[in-house]
Amino acid sequence: MNSKLSTGSKIFNIFNYTFVTLISLTMILPFVHILAKSFSSGSAIAEGDVFFWPVEWDLTNYAYVFQDASIWRAFGISVLITVVGTGINLIATASLAYPLSRAEYKGRKLVLLGVLFTMIFSAPLIPTYLVIKELGMINTLWALMIPNAISAFNFLVMRSFFVQIPPSLIDAARIDGCSEMGILMKIVLPFSKPVMATMTIFYGVYHWNSYQTALYFLNDPSLYPLQVKLRQLIQTDDLNIDVETTMSAAFMNSTEGIQMATIIIATIPILIIYPLLQKHFVKGVMIGSIKE
Amino acid sequence: MSKVLANESSAKLNVKSKQRTVWSHIKKFKALYVMSLPGIFYFIIFKYVPMLGSIIAFKDYNIFLGFLGSTWVGFEHFITMFNNPDIFQIIKNTFIISFYDILFNFPAPIILALLLNEIRVVYFKRVIQTIVYMPHFLSWVIISGLFITILSPSTGIVNTLIEALGFDSVYFFGSEAFTRPILITSGMWQSIGWGTIIYLAALSGINPELYEAAKVDGANRWQQTVSITLPSLLPTITILFLLQIGQFMDFGFERIYTFLNPLNSGTGHIIDTYVYEIGLLNAQYSLTTAMGLFKSLIGLFLIMIANFLSKKATGNSLY
Repeated sequence: MNSKLSTGSKIFNIFNYTFVTLISLTMILPFVHILAKSFSSGSAIAEGDVFFWPVEWDLTNYAYVFQDASIWRAFGISVLITVVGTGINLIATASLAYPLSRAEYKGRKLVLLGVLFTMIFSAPLIPTYLVIKELGMINTLWALMIPNAISAFNFLVMRSFFVQIPPSLIDAARIDGCSEMGILMKIVLPFSKPVMATMTIFYGVYHWNSYQTALYFLNDPSLYPLQVKLRQLIQTDDLNIDVETTMSAAFMNSTEGIQMATIIIATIPILIIYPLLQKHFVKGVMIGSIKE
Repeated sequence: MSKVLANESSAKLNVKSKQRTVWSHIKKFKALYVMSLPGIFYFIIFKYVPMLGSIIAFKDYNIFLGFLGSTWVGFEHFITMFNNPDIFQIIKNTFIISFYDILFNFPAPIILALLLNEIRVVYFKRVIQTIVYMPHFLSWVIISGLFITILSPSTGIVNTLIEALGFDSVYFFGSEAFTRPILITSGMWQSIGWGTIIYLAALSGINPELYEAAKVDGANRWQQTVSITLPSLLPTITILFLLQIGQFMDFGFERIYTFLNPLNSGTGHIIDTYVYEIGLLNAQYSLTTAMGLFKSLIGLFLIMIANFLSKKATGNSLY
């Protein structure tokens, strides 16, 4: 660092470091607060005593969540659609992106244009719903996975990564008698680990967080994923707020504690995976943006 | 004469042999084409069929007759739509929220990226980046849950603070006046960090010699920012702005819907949430498709204007 900083520069540095620190605190503190509440007793929450450290340490909120079968069920469904859905996404996206990355594929401009067009003109909700209904997918978990099998953006990112793979490598494999599927599996995919990792996190987070597709296409509460379940938990309390004062303190408070515990449980998978994949997704965003 | 004929026939032959080579080419790389078919079908069935299915906005959709069989009614649904006073409130909400979103949330990541760029302690910068990207990975259900908790009138930390300062607590989620500020703030909280990634990449691509030259000329940090950094970012900013304008009316169902409740939805309902409630829940398929079409038309119109203006002003454009 330059030792001969001007006063203006020094003042700016102090302001800047303080400002970005404050911004990151606003990102973290809400979590710490919720974590603290989830471990606090109902009465401490009601008194408004809980800030960033649990008051009257208490595990009953988690005990409640863990014994609630419907929350477990929703958790399981979210895990299922995240794992299976992401698998479908990766296979579907890669098997379209690979052929379209090869110069041998005549007519790829037309297909690419067709995909780009869907990014500008998104499919409208009601006709999409009617198509899915015609296909008999309403009230099945397929409705959460198949209609979003390929994201146009992710497809373009993946394709632009495949394009960089040297064609001579692929030709060599062809001469050795490798099939196109074999080339994709044995050469292209192992070469593309960074982009595949990025796609896994994008698609995985999408499925884990998705709320609207379940809202649109599922009516059967036994199929609801975690986000819908969580929303129901939060919303009921949100509307009961003016009734709060008339309710017995113990009951009301445990509701909030339970909500906080459920939020934490719904967030944990992302918080665990996030640091592992961070170095990849930044790269992924850049590949996607630079290609245009 | 015979020469012309010979030319013509050889041209015909050429066309034929060209067709033959295209066909044999496709045959040769059959596997590639077969592999791409499921993906192509996916886009046709789930994107193009619904797009064309929008014609039910001009029809009385009947489940048994389908997209094509239902009877034409012309602009009837559009007339019904504009005769409903609620619609104007909804369109107004969509415009206002979108406008505020661009006004506040478009420049925010640029400013944050510029500030992060001035941080020279690499380790500190990395930590901050890791933290500010994170909210992007949380669901809107969780984010709305966070906001509801923090802003709760009885147990929320914000109201605890307000009361400690001697004021009355405020029921933020129960008042229409706070809907839009909450929506915009939460949007900023979620996306400000994520938005910096592209700008930081553009910033790292600026030639350091430019700064050296500016320093030699006696430019201070602020002058360097104004005359080197910002102009270098301008193409990125323009493209992202155009993309943002293109999604002017499309800023996300979940983002809005998870924050609404019957007390605050008057100023928060947008076209997307209205289409869900009236269209899907009440099965008013044709009417709400008309609304969706209206929304797309405005979006298209806006992106064309923005693209035209940007081409004139900066030479950057999407097409």
